[in-house]
Amino acid sequence: MYVAVKGGETAIANAHAFQAEQRRGDAAQAPLTLGQIEQQLGLAVDRVMGEGALYDRGLAALAIKQARGDLVEAAFLVRAYRTTLPRFGYSLPVDTARMTVLRRVSATYKDLPGGQVLGPTFDYSHRMLDFALAADAGEGGGGEAPGAPLAEAPLDPAMPHVTALLDSEGLIQPEPPAEPDAPPPGDITRDPLLFPAPRDLRLQSLARGDEGFLLALGYSVQRGYGGSHPFVGEIRQGPVAVEIVPEELGFAIDIGDIDLTECEMVNQFKGSRLRPPQFTRGYGLVFGWSERKAMAMSLVDRALRAGELGEERRGPAQDEEFVLYHADNVEGAGFVTHLKLPHYVDFQSELELIRRLRAEAEARLARASAEERAAADAFATAAV
Amino acid sequence: MDTLPARPATDPGYNFGYLDEQTKRMIRRALLKAVAIPGYQVPFGSREMPLPYGWGTGGIQITASIIGPADTLKVIDQGADDTTNAVSIRRFFARVAGVATTERTAVATIIQTRHRIPERPLSAGQILVYQVPQPEPLRQLEPREAEARKMHALADYGLMHVKLYEDIARFGRIATSYNYPVMVNGRYLMAPSPIPAFDNPKMHRMAALQLFGAGREKRIYAVPPHTEVQSLDFDDHPFKVWRADRCCDLCGAPDSYLDEVVTDDKGGRMFVCSDTDHCAERRGAGHRGPLAGHALQEIAEGKS
Repeated sequence: MYVAVKGGETAIANAHAFQAEQRRGDAAQAPLTLGQIEQQLGLAVDRVMGEGALYDRGLAALAIKQARGDLVEAAFLVRAYRTTLPRFGYSLPVDTARMTVLRRVSATYKDLPGGQVLGPTFDYSHRMLDFALAADAGEGGGGEAPGAPLAEAPLDPAMPHVTALLDSEGLIQPEPPAEPDAPPPGDITRDPLLFPAPRDLRLQSLARGDEGFLLALGYSVQRGYGGSHPFVGEIRQGPVAVEIVPEELGFAIDIGDIDLTECEMVNQFKGSRLRPPQFTRGYGLVFGWSERKAMAMSLVDRALRAGELGEERRGPAQDEEFVLYHADNVEGAGFVTHLKLPHYVDFQSELELIRRLRAEAEARLARASAEERAAADAFATAAV
Repeated sequence: MDTLPARPATDPGYNFGYLDEQTKRMIRRALLKAVAIPGYQVPFGSREMPLPYGWGTGGIQITASIIGPADTLKVIDQGADDTTNAVSIRRFFARVAGVATTERTAVATIIQTRHRIPERPLSAGQILVYQVPQPEPLRQLEPREAEARKMHALADYGLMHVKLYEDIARFGRIATSYNYPVMVNGRYLMAPSPIPAFDNPKMHRMAALQLFGAGREKRIYAVPPHTEVQSLDFDDHPFKVWRADRCCDLCGAPDSYLDEVVTDDKGGRMFVCSDTDHCAERRGAGHRGPLAGHALQEIAEGKS
């Protein structure tokens, strides 16, 4: 009965206790350690860091454990914690050209300076359940740790971006560094998003957006809802140094590395009245090893540039209010699930209204002639 | 019910009121602007809260920004203090601000509400904080924010009048029963949040300050004390309020907003005040409704 949503504190406390019991599961199983989650569910940790917008593997692992593996709930836990953290300042832009590349692939060139580097990937693996893994788990994690052979020579440290190669020929729309007196990039975690939103804010929103939502939008672009004929110029993954300039020092210091996935999508552009034909860019940058999301993000970023490139907006992925307002799964999950909160006051007013409207409609019908009623009945029968 | 407000200890891991002081200052600035332009939606840098978006984060951020140690807080949802989300929010502030909480409208200095305005008229010095799911009254008519803001700037509200007119043409009356749009100070069209239209007249020239917080949509707006708030209508179809046509089965109130409680699966119903404090106060003063003392009272009070 609906009044069960009343009655308070004990019920809530009991629900939390039940949740805690369910989270732990069968006590005969060893509890998960954060280290296990961090090491063995690393891609889940990456997703939670990205959508939680906080680079901290330990906290993300804790959130996953606390959320019983619900990654949207885990991202929410991380976000709620993130807002309580003091803001010391902003890092310098990370330079992905100086990434310690562990994976780097390009679909636009067979070979290129620095080479194609497959790195760790699910690509080309046959998606067959590996029952050997199940056996390992049964034996309490015994068995030899798998190892990968080392290359004979280190990778070429010079690993230029593919788009830089196109840029040198003037074939791709340039992305000049910001003017020195340009305003610094905005910050969607400090200021509300206003529309039309510039690209810096769009990219920030997409970077913390829901992977599933971006995937669906990116897919819709490929299927013709605002198509832009993309090629993967390059995907690169690996650690990048983060630098800050402390005020008291006045020069940059390295505060550590973060793993990033970067995707640069190269898109056809036939040119417009104002611009010659050239390739255009879509950009994706995500925490951790989140290749699918980085690719989807770069498709959606390009689609959202319809306005500045003078393209007709034909698909939902090109509509910035639609995309940016609905990409955030913490906002979306909250608002969708709030529907289970009591709404009986509003519902009551709707009940009163619909009863009144029905009474009035019935009175009107009663006044109608028998003939008209018969006609209406006949019509209704035909419609059914 | 609290009679003597108790002051629980605050959680030492968090700043008073949970938000950091910079954030509070940002929100207070937005509040000042909102009060200066009644009914205008001020964008603000809404933060993630430890409660989900859509569950009152806008109201919570406002309350967190204005609350002080001397305040007494009341939180209601659907008019009731004991609904689960109201309990949860009240506990949150007891934990992070250590303020006294109460269920009595009369003694509260800040009342955070979802979907109702208390029946007891509020007085000067009290602040009513609304939780707002959708601050934009034009949203169902114009989904694009940029367009809606333009319409507000031009005070171009023809679209809403057409919508209300279409209701009259189709149903013979305006078929909006809650979140009924209002004009504030003769200038801005405003969503009163999903309160029943029954509550709209209480907003007009209210002595208390009314603050509205939409966390997910990142908007704050306000109605300063004694401001004109008119529900939209037409000369030949004036605004009317509706309530269930009976009195409260527990306290006998003939004029309060009533919840309909289903008591069995054979069409049994009872009607009780949605404002639980109002009902309890009346019963305390000796008022009795038709079912007072009946076993069904427990159902209505959520004790079954």
